[in-house]
Amino acid sequence: MADTAVQEEALSPEFVFTSEQKDLRKAVRELLADRADEATVRALMETGSGYDPQVWARLGGELGVLGLAVPEELGGVGGTLVDQAVVAEEFGAALLPGPVLGTVGLAIPALVALGAGAGSETAELLEALVAGTRTAAFAAPEFGAAPQVTSTGDALNGTLSQVVDGGADVLIVAATGPDGLGLYATEGGERSRLSTLDQTRRQARVVLDGAPARLLASGAAAEKAIAHAQRVGGVLLAAEQVGGAQRLLDLSLAYANTRLQFGRKIGSFQAVKHRIADMFVLVEHARSTAYHAAWALQDGSDDPDLAVSVAQATCSENYQKVAADTVQVHGGIGFTWEHPTHLYYKRAVTDAALLGSAAAHRDRIAALVLDTAEPTGRATVAQG
Amino acid sequence: MDDSARVEKAARQVVETHDPKKVPLREFLGACYDAGVSWVHFPEGLGGLGVSRGLQAVADEILQGAGGMNPFAINPIGHGMAAPTVLEHAQGDLAAQLLRPLASTEHIWCQLFSEPGAGSDLAGLATSAVKDGDEWVINGQKVWTSLAHRARYALLLARSDPDAFKHKGLTYFVMDMQAPGVETRPLRQMTGQAEFNEVYMTDVRIPDSYRLGAVGDGWRVAMTTLMNERSSIGGSSSVRGVGAIGDAVDLWAARPDLRTPVLRDKLAALWTKAEAQRLTDQRARRSAGAGSPGPEGSIAKVVSAELNQAVYAFCMELLGPEATLYGDYTLRDIGRMEDYRGGVQQRFLRAQANTIEGGTSDVLRNVIGERVLGLPGDLRADSGKPWKEIPRG
Repeated sequence: MADTAVQEEALSPEFVFTSEQKDLRKAVRELLADRADEATVRALMETGSGYDPQVWARLGGELGVLGLAVPEELGGVGGTLVDQAVVAEEFGAALLPGPVLGTVGLAIPALVALGAGAGSETAELLEALVAGTRTAAFAAPEFGAAPQVTSTGDALNGTLSQVVDGGADVLIVAATGPDGLGLYATEGGERSRLSTLDQTRRQARVVLDGAPARLLASGAAAEKAIAHAQRVGGVLLAAEQVGGAQRLLDLSLAYANTRLQFGRKIGSFQAVKHRIADMFVLVEHARSTAYHAAWALQDGSDDPDLAVSVAQATCSENYQKVAADTVQVHGGIGFTWEHPTHLYYKRAVTDAALLGSAAAHRDRIAALVLDTAEPTGRATVAQG
Repeated sequence: MDDSARVEKAARQVVETHDPKKVPLREFLGACYDAGVSWVHFPEGLGGLGVSRGLQAVADEILQGAGGMNPFAINPIGHGMAAPTVLEHAQGDLAAQLLRPLASTEHIWCQLFSEPGAGSDLAGLATSAVKDGDEWVINGQKVWTSLAHRARYALLLARSDPDAFKHKGLTYFVMDMQAPGVETRPLRQMTGQAEFNEVYMTDVRIPDSYRLGAVGDGWRVAMTTLMNERSSIGGSSSVRGVGAIGDAVDLWAARPDLRTPVLRDKLAALWTKAEAQRLTDQRARRSAGAGSPGPEGSIAKVVSAELNQAVYAFCMELLGPEATLYGDYTLRDIGRMEDYRGGVQQRFLRAQANTIEGGTSDVLRNVIGERVLGLPGDLRADSGKPWKEIPRG
C-alpha cells in the first residue's frame, strides 16, 4: 500500500472481484433499491438535511459499509479500498443522498491516515463516522495548494465558500496556523446551505469566525493525511461516477429496446445504436480506470497520483458525456423533470467539478508522463 | 510435472538444441513445432502440447528471451489465423501436412476473403467454386490480400451455391498460390506502399481434399478465422505507453521547440484515453483468463483504431509544416508488416486504414450494439432471398 497502514485482508488480482465483494455489492444494491429508490431520493431532495439519517446509520451499523478500508487496529474491519469502491459504485448508481463524499470519501480516509497515535478523541470520531452515527465533511485545497483558512492554534478563521456535505456534524479543515499547515476538526462555524445544481449532493458555505477547533495533525503528517484523503476520495468519487454512468447506459438501452418510432424500435437505427455503443465504451473505460486506481492505491502497484488522475480525468468526462447522450437517446422525455435522467446529469456535472476538474487532472498527468519524457528515437520524422 | 513446467521444459530444450542466434530461422521455428511450443494448446504432434492456451506466454518468454523471432511477425495470417482454422476443419492428414511448414515460415499464408463487391458484407462474396469430379474450379477476384505475393497457401472463401441464402452457399478451401490461373498484383495504397494485393483466379483447380469443413459450411469455418483476426488486431500491449501513443510521447520528448500548452493538454487527453483502453484490455484478459469473457473485450478494435488515427493526427499537428514532408513514395518490395511503418507522416497515412481493416468501425459498432448490448438489428434488404437475387454493386 502506498501511504497508509498495511491491510489485513489479502487482495485479489487486479480487476478480479472476490465472491465476498459480489455479495457486498448485492447487499448494498438491495438495501438501496428498498430505501433509496427514485421516489425516496426525490423526496429527500426537498428536505432540510437532504438525506435520511436512519438509512445512513443502517449503512454504517447493520451493513457496515461506510468504512470498509479502515484497518482493524483503528477499529475497522480491515477490508480493502476495492471493497469500498464497490460500495461507492452502488451509492453512485442510486444517487444515494447523504455525506458520501465528505464522510466516506474524504474524512474517514483522512483520519485513517493519521494512524493509531492520533488520540482517543480522533479514534472515537472515526468510530462514529464508520458507524454512521455522526457525519463529517472535509475542506482542503486540491493539489497541495495552501489553505485560505487560518488557525490561532485552537480556533479557525476564514470563509469556505463551498464545502460538499458542509452541513455535517464535524468539519475536517486544512488551515495555516502559527506552525504552518495543520489539519483541524471543528463542530463550529456558521453553515449556510447553498442552492445546488445537484440537489442530491449538498453543499454549504462555512464562515469560520473564531470557531473552536482541535488540531489533528500538523506539518508532514497533515500533508500526508490530506493527500491520502484526496487520493482515496478521487477513487471513490470515480467509482460513484462509474455507478451513475452504468445506470444511465442501462436506462438508455431499455428505452432504445422499447421506444417505437417509424414503426420500429429506435435502437435498430444505427444513429442510435452507435451512440449507445460509444456510451458503452465510455462506461467501460471509466470502470477500468476507477478500479485500477482502487487496486493501485491498495497494493502500491502504480503511482497513486497518476492512477487517481487517470481515473478522475476519465470518469469525469465520460460520466458527463454518457449523461448528455442519455438525454439525447430519450428525446423529449429525457429533458423532463419527471424522468430520472436530469438527476444523474446534474450529478455528473457536479462530480466533474469536485476534487479537481478533468483538465486539472490532465495537467497532473502531463506533468507526470509528458514533461519528464525522454526521447527514444522511436518516432522518426521524414524530412523530405 | 504440471502443464506449465512441461511447456517450460519443452521451450528450454528448443533453445538449448536450436539456439535461435545460431541456427537459421526456419530450423529454429521448425524445432519449436516439433517440441509442441508453436501453439501449446494444439494437440501433440501438430505443434502443440494439448495444454491451456494461456501457457503460450510461458513458451514465448523463453523462446523470444533467447533471441527467437516471433513467427507472427513473419507469417501473421498463417500463424494467427490459418493454423487454428486448418487444425479445426481440415480433413484427413491435411493438417499434419500443412502445419509444420507453416510454423517454420517456409510457407507464408494469405487470406482470400474480401472482394471488390464484398467488404463489410463479406457473406455476399461472388468468387465461384464449381465442383468438377474430385476438384473444384475457382473463378473470381479477391482484394486487400496481405502477403499474397509471398504466400504459398491461401485461405479461400468462395460461393459454391448461388441459389442458396448468402451465408449458406459458401465453401472454404486451402488454395495453392502457385497453382495455374492464380495471378497476384500489388495494390498500392495511399502511403505509396503495397502491403496488400489483388488476386485474380481464372479456372484455378483445387482438390476436394483441400476443402475445410463441409460444402456450404464455409461461413462457419470463416468465423474461426475471423475471431482469431479480431483478437490479433485488437489486443493492445499490456505495457504502458507503447504503440501509437508511445510514438507521440517520443515526438513530444524529442521536440520541445514545438510544445504549446494547448497541445500538451491534447496529448494528455490522448494519453489518458490510451491508458483507459490499455487497462480495459487488461481487464478483458483477466476476465477471459478466469473463463468468463466479459463484454469489455469487444471494444478494443474500435477504440484502438480511432485512437491510432487521433494520435497520429496529433503528431502531424505538432509537427506543423514539417508534417507536410514525406519520406518516399517509391514502391518497395519489403517483407515484414512492420517494415511498412516509415516516418510519422507515413504512420499517419497508414492509420487511416485502421478503422476499415479487420472490420470497419461502423460495422463493429453494430456488433457491439446488437451482440453485446442486445439492441435490435437494422432492417435488411437481403434477408430471405437467395444470394443471386440480392442487388449488388
